[in-house]
Amino acid sequence: MEEIGMRQVAGEVTLRLEDVTKIYEMGDEKIYALDRVTLNVEKGDFLTVMGPSGSGKSTLLNMIGCLDLPDEGSVYIDEDDVTNLEDNELTKIRRDKIGFVFQQFNLIPTLTALENIELPMLIKRIPQDQCTKSAKNILSTVNLPEKFASHLPSELSSGQQQRVAIGRSLANDPSIILADEPTGNLDTKTGEGIMKLLKGLNEEGKTIIVVTHDPRLSSYSNKTVRIVDGRIEEDVS
Amino acid sequence: MFLKLARRNLSRHRFRSILAIVGIIIGVIAISSLGILGNSIKLSVTDSFGDIGNEIIVYPDYESGWSNLTKKEFNAIRKTTGVDVTIPVSQSSSQIQFGKDSTFTTVYGVDAIDMKALLELSSGQFQSGSRCVIGGVLADSFDLKHGDTVNLEGSSFKISGILKKQGMRFDISADRAIFITPKSYSSLYENEDYAMIIVKTQGVEEVEAVKERIEANLNKRKDRVMVFGMDMILESLDEFFGMLSKFLMGIGAISLIVAGVSILNVMLISTVERTKEIGVMRAIGSSRRDILILFILEATILGVIGGLIGGVLSFGGGYLVNIIILKKASYLFAPSSIVYIFIGVLFGVVTGVLGGLYPAWKASRMLPLTALKTE
Repeated sequence: MEEIGMRQVAGEVTLRLEDVTKIYEMGDEKIYALDRVTLNVEKGDFLTVMGPSGSGKSTLLNMIGCLDLPDEGSVYIDEDDVTNLEDNELTKIRRDKIGFVFQQFNLIPTLTALENIELPMLIKRIPQDQCTKSAKNILSTVNLPEKFASHLPSELSSGQQQRVAIGRSLANDPSIILADEPTGNLDTKTGEGIMKLLKGLNEEGKTIIVVTHDPRLSSYSNKTVRIVDGRIEEDVS
Repeated sequence: MFLKLARRNLSRHRFRSILAIVGIIIGVIAISSLGILGNSIKLSVTDSFGDIGNEIIVYPDYESGWSNLTKKEFNAIRKTTGVDVTIPVSQSSSQIQFGKDSTFTTVYGVDAIDMKALLELSSGQFQSGSRCVIGGVLADSFDLKHGDTVNLEGSSFKISGILKKQGMRFDISADRAIFITPKSYSSLYENEDYAMIIVKTQGVEEVEAVKERIEANLNKRKDRVMVFGMDMILESLDEFFGMLSKFLMGIGAISLIVAGVSILNVMLISTVERTKEIGVMRAIGSSRRDILILFILEATILGVIGGLIGGVLSFGGGYLVNIIILKKASYLFAPSSIVYIFIGVLFGVVTGVLGGLYPAWKASRMLPLTALKTE
């Protein structure tokens, strides 16, 4: 077990995993998707989580994203233990503190680019005019020309869709952005653009965690961890 | 926002949504139209009884062996407090002849003045002396006109007037009857007794009290008379037709149940198809309640659209069934009929909401992670 972050200059820890273990039972066999994973992520980190498929990196992402809870150990977000929270409270953390970026973009197909960015704010019951205003700002942050604001996801290129998705993840100004293979469905050049965008957000202070099996992406990050068989194997940073 | 999202989700499968709406429309039309039909039948029946609500009919108590009422009872009734008009009616049946034809009819001995209070003429004048009045149906079936002569028990009567067709009545079956004066009646049948005495009270609200007074007075020592208040009959008619309306609406409701099941089906398919989307919504911070609201909203929109269109078309449906079954549509716009359209619309909306409840609950219970992983 490796301790990450201990050697770092003491910064503000925004995410902390403590002996997080997740077990799946397949018949009689117990599979450790995560095996006593301990991880510290500080505010402003750009962390790349690498690992082959089935290594447990998606499970790790789900833990951090409050979509799944550990069987053992604890997850702290902004030093709050989320391990024993109810569905409603987890939902609020996802809404306010975490921004999700998916490989498949996962935009709501019936909403326009702008409306997709507005959605998390509207879910937070922020007044519509305020949402529209913020969403327009975000649109320029993710470098999407305003003429695309009224386009449906199906009318956008994959790169543009991922920009909208990143925009949506920024909507409620979360402290952590989780990206699961954000370039997995993009060609190399578009993927680079997306990574540069994430890097830019990181430079503005966002904590970014990217899960990928593409080693090239680690060049954008200041920390890289490798997961194999549910364990953090090495600290490549 | 949810409204916008719900609306767009529905238009995603336009044809499917339209079919679900059509189901609701049919259900609403069925409920409203059948309700209107029941109500119109009720209105047409109560209308045809007109203003008999304040009528009381006194019969001899057949069960105790009486077959007639006499002057004595007549006078007693006439003096009862609250009684406005007292009409003694003699009744018999005889063969009447006119030209070569003959038929059996009911013969009533009623005074011309009393007749005016009970019946309306379509032509001519009421009976007097050796003149008679005949019922509208009798006149029609034998092509009799006023001025014609009929032969009754060996005496000749000239027809002075023909009555309007009455339809069903509780007091006098006038349509196939012949009416002569009490004087002619008593000389013809050598009998001055009455088969019934029709009483009109000053108002409908007095019927019960007058009825009780007559009973108390005349049945003091023995059961002499049977007394029927029309208000009771009207009340039970009301009740009967109310039940008829409900029964007809129940039939209509079956089609609405089918519509509800079709909404249930559409929404269930939608939750399955949109599992991943639900997962995404949950991941970016939608609560279970948000998902629940969204899906119920979608079903409600189907119900509201179907209900409103159905409500508008119900006027057409109500018009059609009224024209077909009652041959006239004038009762369609009676307030008591319009109520059924609102009931239909309400049921349509409620059906939509109910149809959406289970799918919405199911969608809101999905685990975010599982839903998100679904392709």
